[in-house]
Amino acid sequence: MSVITDTRIRQKIPLWRDERALKAVAQIVSAIIIIGFLYWGISNFLTITEQRGMPLTYQFLKEPAGFPVAESYIAYEPTMSFGRAFTVGLVNTLVVSVSGIVLATLLGLIVGLARLSSNWLVNRTALAFIEFHRNIPLLVLLFLWYFGVFTRLPRVKESIILAGPVYINQRGIYLIWLRLTETGGVFLAFALVGVMLSITAWMVLRRIRETHGRETYFGGVSLAILILIPFIGWFVSGGEPFQPNEPVLQGFNFQGGLRLSPEFAALLIGLTTYTAAFIAEVFRAGILAVRKGQIEAARALGLKNNQVLSLIILPQALRVVIPPLISQYLNLTKNSSLALTIGYQELFAVGKITINQAGRAVPVFLMVMATYLVISLLTSLILNIYNRRVQFIEK
Amino acid sequence: MSDASEILAPPSPPGFYEWLRKNLFSNWFNALLTIFSLVFLYLALVNVIRWMFFTADWRPVTGSPLLFLIGQYPRDQLWRPGLSLLICALLIGMSWGVWERYVKAFAIFLGILLGVLALIPLETPTITLVVRAVFLVCPFLIFGGFWVGRRSGVQGRHVTTLWLIAAIFILLVLLPGLSSIPALPVVPTTAWGGLLVTLLLAIGGIVLSFPIGVLLALGRRSSLPVVKLFSILFIEVVRGVPLVTILFMFSIILTLFMPAESRIDRILRALMAMVFFSAAYTAENVRGGLQAIPEGQVEAAKALGLSGLQITSFIVLPQALRLVIPNIVGQFISLFKDTTLVIIVGINDLLGIGNAVLNLQPDFVRLQMEVYLFITAIFWVFSYFMSYASLELEKALGVGER
Repeated sequence: MSVITDTRIRQKIPLWRDERALKAVAQIVSAIIIIGFLYWGISNFLTITEQRGMPLTYQFLKEPAGFPVAESYIAYEPTMSFGRAFTVGLVNTLVVSVSGIVLATLLGLIVGLARLSSNWLVNRTALAFIEFHRNIPLLVLLFLWYFGVFTRLPRVKESIILAGPVYINQRGIYLIWLRLTETGGVFLAFALVGVMLSITAWMVLRRIRETHGRETYFGGVSLAILILIPFIGWFVSGGEPFQPNEPVLQGFNFQGGLRLSPEFAALLIGLTTYTAAFIAEVFRAGILAVRKGQIEAARALGLKNNQVLSLIILPQALRVVIPPLISQYLNLTKNSSLALTIGYQELFAVGKITINQAGRAVPVFLMVMATYLVISLLTSLILNIYNRRVQFIEK
Repeated sequence: MSDASEILAPPSPPGFYEWLRKNLFSNWFNALLTIFSLVFLYLALVNVIRWMFFTADWRPVTGSPLLFLIGQYPRDQLWRPGLSLLICALLIGMSWGVWERYVKAFAIFLGILLGVLALIPLETPTITLVVRAVFLVCPFLIFGGFWVGRRSGVQGRHVTTLWLIAAIFILLVLLPGLSSIPALPVVPTTAWGGLLVTLLLAIGGIVLSFPIGVLLALGRRSSLPVVKLFSILFIEVVRGVPLVTILFMFSIILTLFMPAESRIDRILRALMAMVFFSAAYTAENVRGGLQAIPEGQVEAAKALGLSGLQITSFIVLPQALRLVIPNIVGQFISLFKDTTLVIIVGINDLLGIGNAVLNLQPDFVRLQMEVYLFITAIFWVFSYFMSYASLELEKALGVGER
């Protein structure tokens, strides 16, 4: 009591109006509320799991899964473990997300540029594309593509044939693809080394030019490396590193080529067009954000058209474009979990089957959420580092 | 007249050919693009129109319009959703009168749509004369509401209050019913469905997630480490995972964390998930606005002797919210679209009813395109009017100009 009275006399502030005291009280109260709430939930959870005999361990991951996964890019059998099935789901998510991101960026760029076109018809067509996709739920779009289009395709014998050749039927889309021959690995190794060397050359030579002001022709040199080394690899591998692999109708089905299952194709098309509509607006905003005066000034300085584009417009547009682009990429990855509804078995779908099969809702669930969280955080971390590099540094 | 002729006449508006030349055929590349897109558009339009009017079979849609609107809501209690519709029509009309430029397009559209629904010949027994009469009264109610809303005594806050009272009355009393009132027998939410559930989830999610989002945004900027840490954790975790996982968590996992005997209604659980998810995104939007308020505002308020609570609620928040209204409206549009995901946890929203309708008759199974296109159209119309209102709001607020 006496301590408090002393403080009051010295500071002339009553305790209930002392900001520091109030803050400390608020801290303690909020901590108690949050921790109490968590404690309440977790203790409930522990009693329930004890009653039902489902301990919170990850031992079951080693047990055989016992369910098939329709598509897998790594070897998988139902006799393999739950952990393996989970990895298959994760790889499926990554495959559809990465291909979706690449395609959506390309389509988004095209639509965004079309939206800026001075041609009224092109401009309005792009606007219609964007407005259609931005105002409907992705799930409905996926249903339209999968149930409305892909399940209604003709049978294998009556496949729709497009130029390429591309065969479209009930069982999916068959594309012509490349198949590596025995020496294909050699060529790939050379190509990889070439790409790495050319990137290194670009960075080193460019740094030299920036620090010493000497012309190093970094663009030309790295381009030459990029072409020359795979060219050597082509000869070393015997002139035929890969062959075209064309789908051929054999019996009741197509053999060879690249097959996209109807589920994967519908998901990929839906995700791509939906996200492309948003990305198109991002690109449009980015390009419009570069002031006209910048371009005029660059022209006045005597820069050529391609220099204006690569040195003036793109670097400034990228700055505006990248942050919203990152969030669109993350959205696409998270949206891929809707695949569950049309039967493409990615991370979330596999997780759901695992919950039914293993009967461990909470551990599986924590794993699924943690995986999505890690993917999101990693992606935004990498892209944020890149973003920091391209951002204008204000003095 | 001769004096005036010295002043150049303003250029006459470009004629049709001038417009064509400038906008479609300015150079050879544009001409090529124009011809190419004309051919493409022609082919697409011809095929779409041929399909819509000749090939497509719209029986699943025209056969059960009430199912799409209210799901399995008991047909002998039809007057309750009917009365709700009438109340909403009146309030939409009043909103049109008060906030003319934002609501006008939607109100007119809705009036025409309901009028058409009332008069269109449908060969279905579910649309009785009474139902048609209710639909027919709506346009008049909308117009009546408009007339009331135009009167100078009626202000925005009156209409907002009326909306709140109506929402509470409809959602808590009229539709679910009360066991103590014999005239309103209880209708379990398992019977609710269709557009009713979609709108319930969307509006409930929007109204409830907004204050939580604002609190989280303030929490993230709070000087109390515990509150700040909790807010950051909540926002980042929720934003890092898909909505499906959160819906799933609330529908399955939540029961494991609650006392064994407690049961929460299915739709309420889905609503909680939507609120949970949306609040994190709203929080980030609001935080953007909070960061844009210059420090001088806070300092000036402190110098005037305002307390921390007063500074936040009278100085910082009003300015910050004004800045981010367009973003929040965009967030609400995506919340509205995301309500479709509740079919994954087994709730019959509009999309779920669409799936159910496809299984009504064996020959409907192949008509997915028709049903899903119909649902697409409904979502599109609602989202479009929301984004239209948001654009108008953006213009009116002059965000980015002031």
